[in-house]
Amino acid sequence: MGEFKVHRVRFFDYMPTAIRAMAFNAHTERLALARMDGSVEIFNFTDHYFQEKVIPGKDSRSIESLCWVGGRLFSAGLNGEIAEYDLENLRPKYSLEAYGGPIWTIISNTQGTQLAIGCEDGTVKLFEVLEEHIQFERNLDRQKGRIISLSWHPSGTHIAAGMMDMIRVFDVPTGHAVQRLLVDRGFGGSKSRETVVWSVAFLSDHTVVSGDSAGKVQVWDGHTGTLVKTHLVTKWDVLALSVSKDESSVVAGTSEGTVIQFQFIAPTLHQQQDKEWVRTRTFKNHTHDVRALAEIETAIVSGGMDTHLVVRPLLEKFDEKSHASGLRKIHFPHVIANNINLSCAKKAGLLLFQFPGQLELWRLGDSDEHGKPGDRLPLKRKPEKLLLLKRKGEDHICCSALSSCGGWLAYSTVSSVRIYRLQTDNNNISITKVSKLPKALHSAHQLCFSSDSSKMFAASSQSSVLVIALTQSECKYVHTLKPKSGSRQPIHLMTTSGDGKWLAAANSDCEIHVYNLQKLKLHCIVPVYGSCPSAMGIHPTTNNMTVVHADQQVNTMPSPHIKQYTDWSRKLQKQGLHNVWLDRDTPVTHVTFNSKNPNQVVLHDMHMFCIIDQSLPLPDQKTQFYNQMTLRSLSEQERPSHLHAFKICKTFQDLLCVSLLDDQSLVVVERPLLAITSQLPAPVRQKKFAT
Amino acid sequence: MAALYEGFTLCGLVQTQNASDSPIQGIELDGDSDHAVVTDSTRSVTLYKVSDQKPLGSWTVKQGQLLTCPAVFNFQTKEYVVVSDNKVIRVWKDEDLNLDKAFKATVTADVWRVHSAPGGEPVVLFQRGAVRFLDSLLSAPQQPVEDVLSEEEVIRWSTNIVAEEQHFVLFTTEQKGECCLYVQRLNPNTLQKYRLEREDSGASPLSFSASLQDKHLNLLYLYPNGCVYQSVVAARGYVGLEGVQALPRSLRLMVPVGEGELGAASAVALDEAHVAVVGVPHPSARTGKDFLCIWNTNFQTLQAGKEMAGRIHGQVWCYLGKLFVSHGKALSVIPYECQKSSLASALGKLRHTGLAGNAALPHGTSTGRISIKCNCSQRNVKLGVNCVQPQPHQTGPVDEVQREVEALVSRGDAQDLQLSVGQLACHLVARSQAETAFYTPVALAQLVQTQFLCHSVCPGLLLLSLEHKDYFLCQLCLQLFPDIPEVVTCACLKTFISNEVLQTPYSDNFLLPHLKDLDTQQVILFLQYLQFVYLKYSQDVYTQTPGLRSPTMTQIIDWVCLLLDAHFTVLVMAPDAKGLLSNLQSFVKSQVKLFSELGKIESSLQELHKMKLSKDISQYSIEVIELF
Repeated sequence: MGEFKVHRVRFFDYMPTAIRAMAFNAHTERLALARMDGSVEIFNFTDHYFQEKVIPGKDSRSIESLCWVGGRLFSAGLNGEIAEYDLENLRPKYSLEAYGGPIWTIISNTQGTQLAIGCEDGTVKLFEVLEEHIQFERNLDRQKGRIISLSWHPSGTHIAAGMMDMIRVFDVPTGHAVQRLLVDRGFGGSKSRETVVWSVAFLSDHTVVSGDSAGKVQVWDGHTGTLVKTHLVTKWDVLALSVSKDESSVVAGTSEGTVIQFQFIAPTLHQQQDKEWVRTRTFKNHTHDVRALAEIETAIVSGGMDTHLVVRPLLEKFDEKSHASGLRKIHFPHVIANNINLSCAKKAGLLLFQFPGQLELWRLGDSDEHGKPGDRLPLKRKPEKLLLLKRKGEDHICCSALSSCGGWLAYSTVSSVRIYRLQTDNNNISITKVSKLPKALHSAHQLCFSSDSSKMFAASSQSSVLVIALTQSECKYVHTLKPKSGSRQPIHLMTTSGDGKWLAAANSDCEIHVYNLQKLKLHCIVPVYGSCPSAMGIHPTTNNMTVVHADQQVNTMPSPHIKQYTDWSRKLQKQGLHNVWLDRDTPVTHVTFNSKNPNQVVLHDMHMFCIIDQSLPLPDQKTQFYNQMTLRSLSEQERPSHLHAFKICKTFQDLLCVSLLDDQSLVVVERPLLAITSQLPAPVRQKKFAT
Repeated sequence: MAALYEGFTLCGLVQTQNASDSPIQGIELDGDSDHAVVTDSTRSVTLYKVSDQKPLGSWTVKQGQLLTCPAVFNFQTKEYVVVSDNKVIRVWKDEDLNLDKAFKATVTADVWRVHSAPGGEPVVLFQRGAVRFLDSLLSAPQQPVEDVLSEEEVIRWSTNIVAEEQHFVLFTTEQKGECCLYVQRLNPNTLQKYRLEREDSGASPLSFSASLQDKHLNLLYLYPNGCVYQSVVAARGYVGLEGVQALPRSLRLMVPVGEGELGAASAVALDEAHVAVVGVPHPSARTGKDFLCIWNTNFQTLQAGKEMAGRIHGQVWCYLGKLFVSHGKALSVIPYECQKSSLASALGKLRHTGLAGNAALPHGTSTGRISIKCNCSQRNVKLGVNCVQPQPHQTGPVDEVQREVEALVSRGDAQDLQLSVGQLACHLVARSQAETAFYTPVALAQLVQTQFLCHSVCPGLLLLSLEHKDYFLCQLCLQLFPDIPEVVTCACLKTFISNEVLQTPYSDNFLLPHLKDLDTQQVILFLQYLQFVYLKYSQDVYTQTPGLRSPTMTQIIDWVCLLLDAHFTVLVMAPDAKGLLSNLQSFVKSQVKLFSELGKIESSLQELHKMKLSKDISQYSIEVIELF
């Protein structure tokens, strides 16, 4: 295939923030996850844990707790506000002050009619859930000391509240506290410190399970208020609890990074009736505090200070080893990696890095030298940070784009869009804000420029796309492209063709609409595939479109009849992808092309990049899939018989972006996980053997 | 093989008032490889030119003052440093004549030692465990010095090691019978404490010696019962570990101690396979504990021995191929040489590549002030078997002799048994050789089992047992005698083959000619047996326990090689050996293949290592890759 010059970029010091809370919606199988910066991410557990939505954070927003009511998502935080999210427009729908000081927790009853929040001032406040809003109902008896955690009994009649040094059980109809469970303090020096009950769980049989700052998981009888069992599980804090749906298992997350499972089982084989809560398994997939936890049907989902989300399947729930039974660690937000964090101006050799609070524009370095494979070339020019652009306002940047000529830059928050004109001559760069923007352009989920930089496209509400014409002097609203399907879901991927004729947009309903930009109307809908598109692109010369889905399927469609698949794609579907390809556990996040060779597609996930050469035979299941090492060792004559279409390079790791520049050199942007780990605060001290 | 060469006396020793004190505090090097700085136990420091046995200079402190630590040479400033009266540090140059006029500084705490080594700054170790660089201490002599050790903990021995940018001060302490090793790393300073495993007898080590080998600190220490243990501490350890860690040890050598325990004895590692021990008996000579011996710890064989006249003070220093031993009224210098045995090098075992850091390192050891009163009354015990008791063994019938031996053995008074057992055995052997009808297998076996016999005490015994085909006794002798000559070993081989023969100590140069005496049938049988043993062990090589009396794989291989060396031409001609030889050849082929494969891996592993090194985390690079 040949040699490539690779720009290996590691200066993008992107830092994911810690995971603070999560809530799993068993009905829709969506996991909502809140990070410390106030952003909320939605993962689709039916579609390979694909991160389908991101609600950008905001400086003043802090989220302590998340809660689903049906398909509606609520959050509460230390800013004292309750917010409901608009999952179609990826922004808070409304937020209201609860007037109880900082809020530590929010829960709903099983019927979905009421919300309860625990406040710093010692009140538990009930809210009624209405069609479009929520309304304050009443307070339960006010207590001395803050309410840290809450759990609603499944019948809806009682609420357990974790506080300092105690747990209260409230009777919801009367609002009176009916039980007071005193929680012991820790031993030794920590005796003088109050015990914080970080988490409680109220089970159907009136058992209350609590996790506290003294490292205990305690089981109480909620009827009598007596302690049944104490499990001392850590020297540090037990921060989170989660109960399985059938209430046969409880998991606890600790400051040591462990997740400990308790199961309601008979301790001996003979007395199957006398069940008790027994500590069974310990999982250690985190280095820092496990702050958020969810036990779902077949797995334990955990997250915390070390920023990654871990899905740990419970192997007893699987009959055979399969894709779903493998451990998943999700380090980088998938969708983010596609278009949002990085933009690569192919002609100018520019890189745009997006952070929540700023944009960085870099120019790649250069080298005159040539080398043989494995060499590192001496640099003639070092990479250069051309621009640092801080956002205005409190809202975090949700998307950004750089035109391929490097002359235009745009970014959007949930409240505004800004467009800048960039001029570079030699070493000077000047930036001018485009002052007058069309009124229709107030926020965008995605932004992209046409390849000749004459137009900008902004993904707007209800899967519509605004077309904006750019000239030197002004930018003008042209048209709104609307899908026929009437989908209300946001667009998460957008791409244009090289000749400026086509625009493709994919939304979370797995639909891909292709618009004809000359006629400004919908051209067709790509055949809907069952898994969400994770990356797509249109070839600059042939206009063939390639789409990769969350389940790793690769489809290509010919232009202009995008309604059908290409022969190659059909052959691939018929033969099936290689198992090794299907078993990869991170989605493909970029598709780019070799403009000189219509057969070549470049795509990448976190651990590899791949050049698909459609002129070569497809690998069957018996073929060695990762065959680069083998090919290297073969002679020129033997090589052709061993070639197959998927050429995979794993030299670069923790990839955020791989792109092919116009001069045929590759840009790979790595963000080594070690570098992220090294920036985390020190974990709690743990006693090691023989110290 | 190792050898001790003819030694010479460097200087005479001043007798101290207290006999248990050693007359020399320490011997150190200075910039010249032929120089030695000798500090005596009272007031003076003398610089000698070793090859000329000539003093070049001497410095003495005033009457009433006392040197409390050996003088060292500061390699950076070319000055000498010594401590007098625990607290006064004195620094002088070669040309200074009077020590009293030299630079003096009084520090606030008692100094234990000043240590210096080429390539490192001198360090001062205080009696309470604190460590300071000399320079920084002298710049502020009145600085407070902290206590590191607990109240009753006292330092027994210390050394420092400097290698490539790393600087260690090692010292051992004792408190209520418990010994600890402290490893103080300098720049950055970290202190790690290790607890030494307690010996069953409760005794403390007599001497320590430390060296840096292959990025590990090796501590070698000798106990009064003759056990030499080795403990290894990683030079680049986990610095963050706190608290006291147990220090695992491995037994490197069991020095035969003869009667009683060792008193003033000392062991020092010469290289990774050789240990010099002073103050021990020679296994095949007299039982007096006044020998300097070099042992090979891999084969547990005695390589060389030398009797040192006069009382041994249990002090030995090892610098640049010379051993310095204080004994009687003299300090002797004995050049030595250690070579890897030709077989070991031929087999490619014990290959260490990282010895470069070791070469420049002077080994030093001394017993410090550990003095154990040894029971010297043994010599005076009257060994009255001949004169006091009736002597049935000279004339009486077998059963009477048997009774006599039983009575003797059951007395159990170990001290005077040693000589009487030897004498009795010699008499019995002599009588058996004279009277063909007389042979007392049970009595002889009992005598051997007392473990007071060795081959040199009663040379005829093993051959006698062979003559009488008393294989049980033979086996016992082979098991218990440490010093069977190679010719006798071969004689045993000829008659029977055993696990025991293979484990007897031998030296290949001496063994080879005797092996040639074996006839072809015997060689074939022996080779078959070795092959069998090898196959047996190679299957369960990991289950071998050190306590089991079975030869190690290397011992078996060594014997196979020796046999083939000795008889190859004959074996090639012998038709019955054909199958065996082809088996061995295929085995060797597979081994060679294995080693060549390992060799290939080695280079690629090294390549990996290099790659890791070159893979510095740079923020940006332009690289060239190739896809096929």
